[in-house]
Amino acid sequence: MSASTLRIALVGNPNCGKTALFNQLTGGRQKVANYAGVTVERKEGRFTAPSGRILQLIDLPGAYSFEAASPDEQITRDVCTGRYPGEAAPDLIVCVADATNLRLHLRFLLEVKQLGRPVVLALNMMDTAKRRGIEIDVPELQRRLGVPVVETVAVRRGGARALIERVDGDLPTVAVADGDDAAGRGNQHAQVRELLAASVRMPRATAALDDALDRWALHPVFGLTILAALMFLIFQAVFSWAEPVMDGIEGGMAALGAWLTQGLPPDSALYSLLNDGIFAGVGAVLVFLPQILILFLFILILEESGYLPRAAFLLDRLMFKAGLTGRAFIPLLSSFACAIPGIMATRSINDPRDRLTTILVAPLMTCSARLPVYTLLIAAFIPRQAVAGVFNLQGVVLFSLYVAGIMSALLVAYVIKRLRKDKSEHALLMELPAYRMPHLRDVALGLWERATIFLRRVGGILLALTVLLWFLASFPGPPPGATGPAIDYSLAGRLGHALHYVFAPIGFNWQICIALVPGLAAREVAVSALGTVYAMSAVGDTELASQLGTVIAEQWSLATALSLLAWYVFAPQCMATLAVIRRETNSWRYVAISAGYMFALAYLASLLTYQIARVLS
Amino acid sequence: MRLSELPRGAPATVDCVEDSHTADPIAQRLRDLGFVDGEPVCVTAVGPLGADPLLVQIGSTRFALRRSEAARVNVRQGAG
Repeated sequence: MSASTLRIALVGNPNCGKTALFNQLTGGRQKVANYAGVTVERKEGRFTAPSGRILQLIDLPGAYSFEAASPDEQITRDVCTGRYPGEAAPDLIVCVADATNLRLHLRFLLEVKQLGRPVVLALNMMDTAKRRGIEIDVPELQRRLGVPVVETVAVRRGGARALIERVDGDLPTVAVADGDDAAGRGNQHAQVRELLAASVRMPRATAALDDALDRWALHPVFGLTILAALMFLIFQAVFSWAEPVMDGIEGGMAALGAWLTQGLPPDSALYSLLNDGIFAGVGAVLVFLPQILILFLFILILEESGYLPRAAFLLDRLMFKAGLTGRAFIPLLSSFACAIPGIMATRSINDPRDRLTTILVAPLMTCSARLPVYTLLIAAFIPRQAVAGVFNLQGVVLFSLYVAGIMSALLVAYVIKRLRKDKSEHALLMELPAYRMPHLRDVALGLWERATIFLRRVGGILLALTVLLWFLASFPGPPPGATGPAIDYSLAGRLGHALHYVFAPIGFNWQICIALVPGLAAREVAVSALGTVYAMSAVGDTELASQLGTVIAEQWSLATALSLLAWYVFAPQCMATLAVIRRETNSWRYVAISAGYMFALAYLASLLTYQIARVLS
Repeated sequence: MRLSELPRGAPATVDCVEDSHTADPIAQRLRDLGFVDGEPVCVTAVGPLGADPLLVQIGSTRFALRRSEAARVNVRQGAG
């Protein structure tokens, strides 16, 4: 240990507010939510204490016990015991406990004490505890535990002051390890009961409001109705609330493009690059920012409120039948935003087999990158008309595409369940947290983060690919005396025509074939690529660029559009998802399996859709 | 009786958790989560399909357990 830096590890049961405390102390912006297992890796930050000492803080995944059951609990155990590769044991362990739910949190503290390192207990959520009339005799608790105890409110500014003062002082002496640790863990539970009886008064075990809410949210009939209504509301909102803003962005981009290029000669390469490449391509994707933000708004609110584990409870039986676990609900819901955080969130599934199945089916959840493709095609081909008087047909189609993704995920999970040899029992064992009012600040921060990630993608990989595609679509130029659009003679045009042999049976024209290739890097690029390809194919009419929807509505058959929609329900995953699968499973085999089965499903679904739609029309 | 047979809303007390086979990790986990002799428990809700899983209140904590998991926990009816 160096004289000036103190290494502090934050540990505790899942969902006790370690990350909120970490953010409060370091000014960090780590993700917090109201369910167990949000932090799935160790995270590090530093801050300077009032004394000028630098404190290095390590935020660890929640653990109920050091008898590690899940990969993230193992990380916590290894860091605390100094067995984590390349890292010395921390100088001080801050054990964070939810003051409204001390029973298991205190038992874990007893286990931490046995490590024989300096420990401080932070009683978090003291504000909620007080509101619920829970009285904690802190001096008595401190005396009985033999470790310093401080009160914190991690979500309030200045709520960690007592903790900072304590860790900035002298290291607490190492707590005397209990002599009777050999007597087993049952004994620790008995000790906790004694501690609670002596120092804590609880008017009731759980909040009355939570019990009342759960009577509705977990009711066999109303619970499922509420869940279905909530999901449906989200999809309707994504489609109808975003509309005016999207129109504004579309108009703005077109006007900006026209204004920027007004001084350039219309037949110059730069004019074409700016208009056909950048504004047609990037603009076509930028337009979807409002929809993505609305989707995330709902997901963030649901995450913070504590409702998600309830939904997992309601759906466990169904998911279990399909070869998954209720716990998979949260990673799968995150995958609606993006499969990458979804796959990372599977680490909270402590069972390796359930976790692997979840990783393999997570990319079937309709991620927000598919939304641009869906919206473009739906707006162009599905009439906007009322269904049953209240619903918009476009919203209904979008909803059914999401349902198709979910159903196929259940089906694939079921097939995996039938194929695997290990049929042993695997547990659910999931804690349901207290309900919490979402914090405006956390939701706003989450939205801001998603917006910047999206814009960075648009400005980075998307812009680069769009420009690259423009080059491929422009060069080599047409031979003298050529008829037809220049793109036909370019590299991209030739590639598209070559791929067309493979994709003709499922109704894709050569323009779509070109767009599929950059779509592998990120799915929404397919839309910007289509924008560029069509802008380039248009003979002398760059006005078309901003109205991709109108162009494809004129040029594609309904069967082709439906076939492309079906393709994107399964769409071979983007490279980033494959990279994350490789990292999380540590195996190329699963990367190959998931890419392969999705390609096969996509082709099959599109083939069926196209051929059936052609027969019917 | 077993926790999985306990009627909804009936107060009970944990006796012990039985391993369903040797070195049963699920039984060990249940003990870690506080299913030990003397803890008051109550089934407060059941899942919509096949009344599975169970929502079990133990102390100030709520756990979702599948029936097969709850069947490992022996309880006696009545508080304390």
